[in-house]
Amino acid sequence: MTKKGNDRSVPPVPEEAPSGAGGLRAWLESDAPTSAFQARCVRAWLTWLKFSSNPLAVTGLLIIVALVLVAVFAPLLMTHDPLAQNLSDRLLPPGEKGHLLGTDGLGRDIYSRVIAGSRITLYIVGLVTITAPLFGLLVGTVSGYFGGWVDIVLMRITDIILAFPKLILALAFVAALGPGIGNAILAIAITSWPPYARIARAETLTVRNADYIMASRLQGASDARIVLAHIVPMCVSSVIVRVTLDMAGIILTAAGLGFLGLGAQPPTPEWGAMIAEGRKFLLDQWWVATMPGIAIFLVSLGFNLLGDGLRDALDPRSGQA
Amino acid sequence: MSDFRSDSVGMRSGGAGEDPLLRRLYDRLRPFLRLFVSLIVTFLGLLAITFFIGRVIPIDPVLAVVGERAPPEVYEATRKAMGLDKPLIVQFAMYVWQVLHGDLGVSLLTSRPVIEDIQRVVPATFELATLATIIGVVLGVPMGVLAAVHAGRWPDHLVRVIGLIGYSVPVFWLGLMGLLLFYGKLGWVGGPGRLDIYYDGMVPTVTGMILIDALLAGDMDIFWNAVSHIVLPASILGYYSLAYIARMTRSFMLEQLGQEYITTARVKGLSEFRVIWVHALGNVMVPLITVIALSYASLLEGSVLTETVFAWPGLGFYITNALVSADMAAVLGGTIVVGTVFVGLNLLSDFLYRIVDPRAR
Repeated sequence: MTKKGNDRSVPPVPEEAPSGAGGLRAWLESDAPTSAFQARCVRAWLTWLKFSSNPLAVTGLLIIVALVLVAVFAPLLMTHDPLAQNLSDRLLPPGEKGHLLGTDGLGRDIYSRVIAGSRITLYIVGLVTITAPLFGLLVGTVSGYFGGWVDIVLMRITDIILAFPKLILALAFVAALGPGIGNAILAIAITSWPPYARIARAETLTVRNADYIMASRLQGASDARIVLAHIVPMCVSSVIVRVTLDMAGIILTAAGLGFLGLGAQPPTPEWGAMIAEGRKFLLDQWWVATMPGIAIFLVSLGFNLLGDGLRDALDPRSGQA
Repeated sequence: MSDFRSDSVGMRSGGAGEDPLLRRLYDRLRPFLRLFVSLIVTFLGLLAITFFIGRVIPIDPVLAVVGERAPPEVYEATRKAMGLDKPLIVQFAMYVWQVLHGDLGVSLLTSRPVIEDIQRVVPATFELATLATIIGVVLGVPMGVLAAVHAGRWPDHLVRVIGLIGYSVPVFWLGLMGLLLFYGKLGWVGGPGRLDIYYDGMVPTVTGMILIDALLAGDMDIFWNAVSHIVLPASILGYYSLAYIARMTRSFMLEQLGQEYITTARVKGLSEFRVIWVHALGNVMVPLITVIALSYASLLEGSVLTETVFAWPGLGFYITNALVSADMAAVLGGTIVVGTVFVGLNLLSDFLYRIVDPRAR
């Protein structure tokens, strides 16, 4: 993690705050914050400076922002109904008859389907990144906080799931639950929580004997309160970084499941499933399978760049020489 | 005071007769024991998961055997015969017993025992993954070394970009694009499958690996045909392995190049070539072996999608075919085999690392 070695992302050291100039910038770069709120803002601002000085990370952020905007304004951006079939306009090459990226085997507009697919991708990523880290956080903090047998049993289960190839396990789960987008999400979530549990446990072990935990226990706080209100918040930031790094993997797994026909079912315009449909026409109508693949590539590239940038900006051990 | 001292000395010398030997033996064996125990626990965990998945399916396994209209007595009798009336833990024990005896059930699709099917398809996957790993190592290690030596300059950026693309491109899409370009447009490689259709079944199956079988049969036409078919899927998988191996080699090498023995070697007047490719790389070999084992394991996973794209008749293709026709016995059998190999390779690499690198003990 810390061996990334490029120290170009060192935050610009705030210059002497221009005295007297009570601008927002001076307030944000102050060495001596006067309130907890200001301290927090200064910290966030410095992180942002560090992050934004890394052009790759900013590119990633822009891609993701674009994805979100496309998903939000999808109805405005689509030129055709993504589900409307038009058999007389099958397999038109890009640009013909107003179809920007051509049409697929049922005469549906590929451009509109790719746009509509952004919503499905965000939906999958959103649900997985809410459920899996929450579950992992819970398992990890409970395991680290209570220790003993609880720890041994929970971590053994975590290790067992961690030891398996994720895609194969997800395949087996979907096979049992039945194909469908909900089950695909469930299967991906089931296979992706263990790393979060490990991270949360490691963080918990470093704070469980801290004075402030003792203090709140002396005040009569229950175990549940200590774990949820005092330990979980300490683990959140490292889990978030890991989640961003994992998002690309989630997208690729979801697309893989869709490609195998186990994720979103036709006619849903899911990118992986669209590639599977385009496979039939690969050699003669290349655009059908190519376009959704480019969309998957761009989005996972965006998440990878963003994740790398966030890690460099948030991880105090890297950079800041 | 003196009592205490003599006592403690006595204790120490008293145990000296046999204890150190046993102790050393125990210390030597401990890593093996730990490996063994964790292998067993993880394997049982794997079986617990497949057992759980097998029972979660919303189909009554008894009904699948006796049919919908069977009278209740027959239903009950079959249920008993299948052991489904016993407590879950007993059923699980029976399941483990069966799996350990190579009984993975019967495939719905081929109506043959799953284990026989798997034995038939595994060589194809093995061939593909091995070739991909060779590509990954032969190209990835030198690239990683160059990236470390020229850190911050273009070879380094190249390796970074290759890695980034590897993490972002869906493997099945890359496979399709490869087919489109190299098979469809350029005609440089063979299409999906292991051989052109008119060569099918012309080589006797000895090892199940088509390249080796063709060589054994002495038929060079078939051999070169097989090469033209395997080169694309192996390169695609090899790309992912290359990306990972190059990145890890780079970071290991950076660590080594910063050490004092490298300076010493340079001061001694050794050529830069010798310093980098013999001294530094030699020390990197140890962790690299574990990385290669890990990358091999992850190729098994990547092969599921790649084999599907290239209609490569290996384990991954077998599993996805079974999935499509809801052939649970075959899916779970394949999962057990892939999972076991994966876990085995992971533990092996961990273990190798500990054996070879004394600091990690």
